[in-house]
Amino acid sequence: METSLFRYILKHSLKQQVLLTALALASFIPLYMSYEVPKTIINQAIQGKKIAYPHSILGLSLEQVEYLVLMCLVFLSLVIVNQGFKYVIHVLAGLTAERMLRRLRYELFARVLRFPLPVFRRMSAGEVIPMITSEVEPLGGFIGESFSLPAQQGGTLLTILGFLLIQNPAMAAAAVSLYPLQLWLIPKLQNKVNQLGKERVRAVRRVSDRIGENIAGVQEIHAHDAANRELADFSDRMGNIFFIRLRIYILKFLVKFLNNFIQQLGPFVFFLFGGYLVITGSLDIGTLLAALTAHKDLAAPWKELLTYYQLKEDARIKYEQVISQFDPPGLKDERLQTVEPDKVEPLVGEITVAGLTYQDDQNVTLVDNIALTARLDRHLAIVGAGQSGKDELCLLLAGLLAPTKGTVAIGGHNLAETSEAITGRRITHVGASAFIFNGTIGSNLFYGLRHRPPKDHVYSEAREKERGRMIKEALASANSPDDHALDWTDYAAAGAKDAASLATEALRVLHLVDLEKDVYLLGLRGRIDAAARPEIAAAVLKARAALKERLTDPAIAHLVEIYDRERFNSNATIAENLIFGTPIEGAIDMDHIGEHPYIAKIMVKVGLDVLMLAAGRETAQTMVELFTGLPPEHEFFQQFAFISADDLPEYKAILGRAEKMTDLRQLAEADRALLISLPFKVIPARHRLGIDTPELVAKVLEGRRVFAADLPADLKGKIDFFDHDAYNPAHTVLDNILFGKIAHGIAQASERVGALVGELVEQLGLHQAVVEVGLSYEVGIAGGRLTASQRQRLAIARALLKRPDLLILSEATAMLDARTQTHLFNAVREECKGRGLIWALHRASLAREFDQVAVLHEGKIVAQGKPEDVDSEGGRFRELVAAE
Amino acid sequence: MSLNEEVELLRKITLFGKIEPAKLKLLAFASERIVYDGGQALCVQGETGDAAYIIMEGAADVIVETPKGPLTVASLGKNDIVGEIAILCDVPRTATVQAKERLIALKISKDLFYRMVNEFPQMAVEIMRELAMRLDRANRRLREAVAKASG
Repeated sequence: METSLFRYILKHSLKQQVLLTALALASFIPLYMSYEVPKTIINQAIQGKKIAYPHSILGLSLEQVEYLVLMCLVFLSLVIVNQGFKYVIHVLAGLTAERMLRRLRYELFARVLRFPLPVFRRMSAGEVIPMITSEVEPLGGFIGESFSLPAQQGGTLLTILGFLLIQNPAMAAAAVSLYPLQLWLIPKLQNKVNQLGKERVRAVRRVSDRIGENIAGVQEIHAHDAANRELADFSDRMGNIFFIRLRIYILKFLVKFLNNFIQQLGPFVFFLFGGYLVITGSLDIGTLLAALTAHKDLAAPWKELLTYYQLKEDARIKYEQVISQFDPPGLKDERLQTVEPDKVEPLVGEITVAGLTYQDDQNVTLVDNIALTARLDRHLAIVGAGQSGKDELCLLLAGLLAPTKGTVAIGGHNLAETSEAITGRRITHVGASAFIFNGTIGSNLFYGLRHRPPKDHVYSEAREKERGRMIKEALASANSPDDHALDWTDYAAAGAKDAASLATEALRVLHLVDLEKDVYLLGLRGRIDAAARPEIAAAVLKARAALKERLTDPAIAHLVEIYDRERFNSNATIAENLIFGTPIEGAIDMDHIGEHPYIAKIMVKVGLDVLMLAAGRETAQTMVELFTGLPPEHEFFQQFAFISADDLPEYKAILGRAEKMTDLRQLAEADRALLISLPFKVIPARHRLGIDTPELVAKVLEGRRVFAADLPADLKGKIDFFDHDAYNPAHTVLDNILFGKIAHGIAQASERVGALVGELVEQLGLHQAVVEVGLSYEVGIAGGRLTASQRQRLAIARALLKRPDLLILSEATAMLDARTQTHLFNAVREECKGRGLIWALHRASLAREFDQVAVLHEGKIVAQGKPEDVDSEGGRFRELVAAE
Repeated sequence: MSLNEEVELLRKITLFGKIEPAKLKLLAFASERIVYDGGQALCVQGETGDAAYIIMEGAADVIVETPKGPLTVASLGKNDIVGEIAILCDVPRTATVQAKERLIALKISKDLFYRMVNEFPQMAVEIMRELAMRLDRANRRLREAVAKASG
């Protein structure tokens, strides 16, 4: 990458810079003329000096006034042309700037993807992100003007100066007499500013790094009450940056001040010398006035040039400071990532390791002169203690770390020279805590299958045009022209031919790593877009009908209370009973449902308001009775999630005010609102407060009818009513199958219902569809919404799905529980039969099941061969087994 | 069944005879009311126990695993407490309790149980009395069985 900013600019935007400069220079002609023309207007047109009327010009014969009009029109058109030039130059400069910025950012990020892994131990995301996003931002503005601005402003300056010279050399000299002083003084000051600027960038980077680290470790900060110390540290750093910036400001504005001051001396010179010349008659006033104007106009370009100088220095420093961070030793060759071989052949033969040594950045030797041979259709176990180097060896074998000395060759390919197209597709490595991306389970699962865009995709006409534009622009900035939104999945790599067969294959692999049940359960708890997947919705409705059929059996009928328009569901909230549906997109605020105008209206209409207030009072009374005197963290507050310890005194007060009242409608509005919100959240079967009297139930049912019948326009289409024949998209798949509530207080109801649903799902062939829904579960940042065990299993599934010729597991199951570990140990080895498998085990005794074992100790191989050869009395292997 | 109705039922249980209604309401609220079908088990021998059960309605058998097969050692009905040994002595369930017919039980968690016993010593006395009677009954049956075996 170019070390100097100007070389970078010239290398990649030479054409544009030349064009911009040419335009800038071309704009001088009209500019110069716009100085000549006023002179002509004043002297010839208005005062009529040195000219005779009628004056013939361009074949026309004009009187004085006509001549004046003509010259004024000429002046006007010159103004328009000048502005036109400025506009075109600015737009073109902006375009150039953005392209270059895009190019620079892409290059920086592409380099990050080629950093050798150890770099990330000293450079955090918190440092890199601002470098790529915000630090290079000001460079864009500069790049656009890097040549055209000095050309234009400089040229303007010279033009005006030239004009002055032609009028009176002495005056011109006087006007610029102080420029040399500025030219000497300002770079000196600027140097100081540059140094401070460098310091500032370094300090800000350290702050970003620190913020990133604090966020990553925020749990520890809370656990150790370290917040105040971190704040003090942050304050220190901010203070440091503040004082640096203060000094920068002082110096920068000193420069500007000096410039302005010197500029103001100009008119002084003109008035003095020019006035003298006019008085003595050697200069006419028109010229003096024009010269004054010209000098005033000098101020602008000179100021621009000075600002340009400061910007240039600033940009230069920023550029150098950024790119120096992006050229670490050992940067991977670009071609190893971008070049696509014609065909990626499977790897066959042997793994040959010779003289392999690896030293970390502290020069500690972690892998010491290892020689190893293994066949690609056999399984090799690597055992060793914690610091034996087996982690590094696995990374070296996968081509993820570059050896310090020696070679790793797999199937005849020297990994150091093999493209990632081969190492990334035919070899796979899974570590002890693999990374899961923020996306769905599916997107993570298929991550290992997406390498290149499909070649034969056909776009619609409109999209084709848009794509064409995007590709052209991408190539202009040396960015990737590939369309990220297409389906990059390499189905053949997973042994499938389309999405459906891939789903089947995915299911098989998930089952293998014992993740299928998890994904199935997530699928039941997931939601689907019924319009996008009508087959799944239809199948769910079939399951719903089948469940209803099964529930007619009196032995299990009481397990689920199915939604029935004519019946009250005592396992649902009163609110749900009233609405008999789910509001979409928060059309009704369920927390304050009693205050919704339409609901309030209905309650009054059917006489439900009085009953609900009474129920609210009863509920509040029970709550106060039960909860008074309990500590706020008591579990009862969680059981009754709609009332908290803080609310108790409030309710007590309301009850006090309501005690003597017969008609609770007389309460203040705020009190009424609070009281009425309570019973809406009550689930009669669960909370057993006894407020579901026959009277209330009847009124609620009536209210239900009225709610649906009188639905106002602003709520139409916003309520998903429970309809036995329709899929409810606001509910989960499981809730859609149930179409009701699991009854409270029935022993093991949810397990039994779960088993029943599982049976029906299996029978109706819905199992795969539910698992597919589970695949669209969002796993959160770094897979945070999955357990660590689930993340590991997902990573192993991801690796297995792409059927690598060599799978390298580096203690990949160490974090899982014993039962899952054993299951995976057997399942993975079975799946990889006949293919290469290297497993760095955390339990040495398991190595006895492998074809070959390598025992590592302090970076060296101390024993190698078949398990029985390695398992000798008093040997290191025995030691490791004993230590388990 | 509402809380108030449950409180009424609880008052009739000898264990809770002397406890004031307000505290009974809290007990009713904090405990879980579960319906079992005939044949379902409230607790299974050998499993860890985390709750005791009070039978409100219905009947259950207490079954112990012997080398010769399952043996029904007792029959329980309304007002009887079940499963208290596991939470008192921190041992696995000593027997399987199976509902004979539709049964409604009040599930009292270990935590709640200890709290109730600590706050109401009379309840502890009642439980001790109950356990002592069971021990006596078991001793008598053992004597009978030994006598029958030798005689």
